[in-house]
Amino acid sequence: MSTPTTLFDKIWDAHVVKRAEGHPDALFIDRHFIHEVTSPQAFDGLRKRGISVFNIGRTTATADHNVPTKDQHLPIKEALSRHQVETLRKNCADFGIELYDLGHPFQGIVHIIGPELGLTQPGMTIVCGDSHTSTHGAFGNIAFGIGTSEVEQVLATQCILQYKPKRMRISINGKLGKGVTSKDIILYIISKISASGATGYFVEYAGDTIESLSMEARMTICNMSIEMGARGGLIAPDETTFNYIRGRRFAPQGEAFDKAVETWRTLKTDEGATFDRELNINAEDIEPMITYGTNPGMGIGISHQVPNLSDIPESELASYTKSLAYMGLEPGMDLVGKPVDYVFIGSCTNARIEDLRQVAEFVKGKQKADGVEVWIVPGSVQVANQAKAEGLDKVFAAAGFELRDPGCSACLGMNEDKIPAGKYCVSTSNRNFEGRQGPQSRTFLASPLTAAVAAVTGKVQDVREFV
Amino acid sequence: MSKETFTKLTATAAPLPIENIDTDQIIPARFLKATTREGFGDNLFRDWRYNADDTPKADFVLNNLTYADARILVAGKNFGMGSSREHAAWAIHDYGFKVVISSFFADIFKNNALNNFVLPAQVSDAFLAEIFKAIDADPHTLITVDLANQTITLANGLSESFDINTYKKTCLMNGYDDIDYLLSLKEDIKQFDLAHA
Ligand code: SF4
Repeated sequence: MSTPTTLFDKIWDAHVVKRAEGHPDALFIDRHFIHEVTSPQAFDGLRKRGISVFNIGRTTATADHNVPTKDQHLPIKEALSRHQVETLRKNCADFGIELYDLGHPFQGIVHIIGPELGLTQPGMTIVCGDSHTSTHGAFGNIAFGIGTSEVEQVLATQCILQYKPKRMRISINGKLGKGVTSKDIILYIISKISASGATGYFVEYAGDTIESLSMEARMTICNMSIEMGARGGLIAPDETTFNYIRGRRFAPQGEAFDKAVETWRTLKTDEGATFDRELNINAEDIEPMITYGTNPGMGIGISHQVPNLSDIPESELASYTKSLAYMGLEPGMDLVGKPVDYVFIGSCTNARIEDLRQVAEFVKGKQKADGVEVWIVPGSVQVANQAKAEGLDKVFAAAGFELRDPGCSACLGMNEDKIPAGKYCVSTSNRNFEGRQGPQSRTFLASPLTAAVAAVTGKVQDVREFV
Repeated sequence: MSKETFTKLTATAAPLPIENIDTDQIIPARFLKATTREGFGDNLFRDWRYNADDTPKADFVLNNLTYADARILVAGKNFGMGSSREHAAWAIHDYGFKVVISSFFADIFKNNALNNFVLPAQVSDAFLAEIFKAIDADPHTLITVDLANQTITLANGLSESFDINTYKKTCLMNGYDDIDYLLSLKEDIKQFDLAHA
């Protein structure tokens, strides 16, 4: 009898081309995504070496980080951004890689388009020069972010050299409370184990709460695995996964799909397999969450207060006070009732159709609060079109929300969508780092529902009182 | 890339005793628009280093001439968390740092640094505190980082060893990069690709 094995190990081991003494594993990569920011230097490397792309069919490109979210059909105004997108165009043309460029019906944030096109499938290895590649793990694959030197390795050889990380399982069981979403689950986990608590690990999420979630909700959780330091997170595929993939553009079709599902069904952690670390979480303990600090581990349940200085370990006090000073907050204060200036609903964490539907459902017939600016940035052209087909655009327009063109937008403020200095933004994105949404911007990370309530009330609120 | 190597360095160090320094601080996203690897050093720690009007912030360590020759960056726990942007490693390298010392590194940053011949040397919290103390006592104190022996030694004789996997150590000391090795496996990879089409 073979020893019980984790799902992670099964997928990893099946992709090792060579395991040699004194070397990291040469790991074969099934699917590679690229975007304009982290790929140009990799292509330059290929040119310098005089080599071509190993297998063009396994790489897909899109433009997302730099792109404007208004008048996307016009040339990009900002010269450097335009140059970067043009460089991507040239590189894809020169090397023969499929590009979903601005104006293409498949364009969008790289981690949104992979799944929606059916490029992301169970059992694969997936990489991209972007840390939120962990999103794809929701489909039961090994997906993780890499640096540009590694992008070059993949383009050149379809492999990267990696040491196998340790394994962690986080099991969440029980029923979620009213107003609690998958975003709250992951913010809760990160607040418990800290922004570095899973460094060196690959996480498997399990338990009946996870099994009850939609694919969109699962992606939100896997997306933020990196925010606790993990390279990635994965969830064993099940009927929900197969139903999501069925019929998608690049998914196996017909009989091939049925055959694939047969294989995918075997992708599970064996009973008795051991993890280097296990964590159990009770879904009933999770409240709607919000962050107060400048890393995603600095989060609290909405009924709690910003931690007092006496709750902070001596060694972390300096960083803690620096962070609160940046945020303009006091230890011990409530966040409920805190006025906000901006609401950003977008990013690869929460800009899928289900997120937009959830926001629209709450907002229908309501108005945004005076003085609050609300940006809704769909994750892809397909999400935007779907939102329009369902009339969500009308709901948002009536509420005074701006529905923009797809891209990363204010998640990282590389284009002109920046939160001004000193202003507060409730954001559905994944990082509240200093200056992330613009120099001196202040970010409260929260769920789309909490963001929607902030938009109509102009304040941070406990969503349970509104839904 | 040029054949750069790292073996041993004795230099002064710039102290940055802040925990959880993320890659957005190391190099903010709005400076990621270049399509080459050069020039990122000017924007290293941009928003900590410069005011909104681009004047230097007098109290930031990189603006202190005392540390102008520093080739080692010493930072608080969990350095380099966040984004996978290799630009963070390029900025550190381009600025002139050869080594970053911390008591904990984020995974992707560590790989990116190693791929750019910047050595991320992880030490204990206690030894990190000793390093900060030594720099505090004498900003010109010399620190020796010896990759062959995997040790960091302070001027007062205190020393600690650090871990690095043998493969990466060989690469750094000899100027190898991962692609050279992977290209040597090309036939194996082709077979694998065909079998997994
Ligand atoms: S939406 Fe934000 S986190 Fe996601 S890929 Fe874009 S910049 Fe990165």
